Amino acid sequence: MGQAVVSRIDGPAVETTIARDMVRRGLWVAPALVAVFGLVWGVDGAISTAYGIALVMANFLLAAALLSWTARISLGLMMGAALFGYLIRLGLIFAAVWLVRDASWVAFVPLGITIIVTHLGLLLWEVRYVSASLAFPDLKPETKES
Amino acid sequence: MSVTQTLATIAQTLPDGAGVDDAQNIAAAQGAGMAYGLAAIGPGIGIGYLVGQSVQAMARQPEAAGMVRTTMFLGIAFTEALALIGFVVFILLKFA
Repeated sequence: MGQAVVSRIDGPAVETTIARDMVRRGLWVAPALVAVFGLVWGVDGAISTAYGIALVMANFLLAAALLSWTARISLGLMMGAALFGYLIRLGLIFAAVWLVRDASWVAFVPLGITIIVTHLGLLLWEVRYVSASLAFPDLKPETKES
Repeated sequence: MSVTQTLATIAQTLPDGAGVDDAQNIAAAQGAGMAYGLAAIGPGIGIGYLVGQSVQAMARQPEAAGMVRTTMFLGIAFTEALALIGFVVFILLKFA
């Protein structure tokens, strides 16, 4: 374990690639989600939904950037970044909601639902691609880029 | 301490002018804070265990580091979803 902690990984930053994939898909789905929640909760719900989606995407990107950056330095630092990054990101999400708590446009029910639905939805969507490519590389779903 | 006991304790410590609404607000804030704090403990343990095992796997098989990091990142994100659910419960209890 001691050797593992000081060693580093110089390979491609897979976390950043995954996070970018999720954000790209999220940007495709976001207008539909905003429209649906806007129909149910009105303009406030639509704005809150957009805010929630932006929060989730920023959370993914920040997590990926932290892990990719620290993995190039040492695995020990990556372990620290994973745990303290988790606490810091939870704090940032809390601060982001705290700052807008009294805003006229904020609606907490659609905001909360959006955070959970977007986070889990984007993850499950990504897992479909990742699991197929890890287990059976030939079955990787076709994309326009490939 | 049960909710009833908490409310009774809060009611005893409140000034004379304070009403039942104040006591309920305080109890709600307490409950929300506890929900958020407790919800963050489990994922914290999970992420620590997950990353520790992943680092061991990468040390044993450096050629599989890309695959391990991919599954590790997705695992962290799934574990974090539990904390986010706790956070949403917190904001609904506190602000909604």
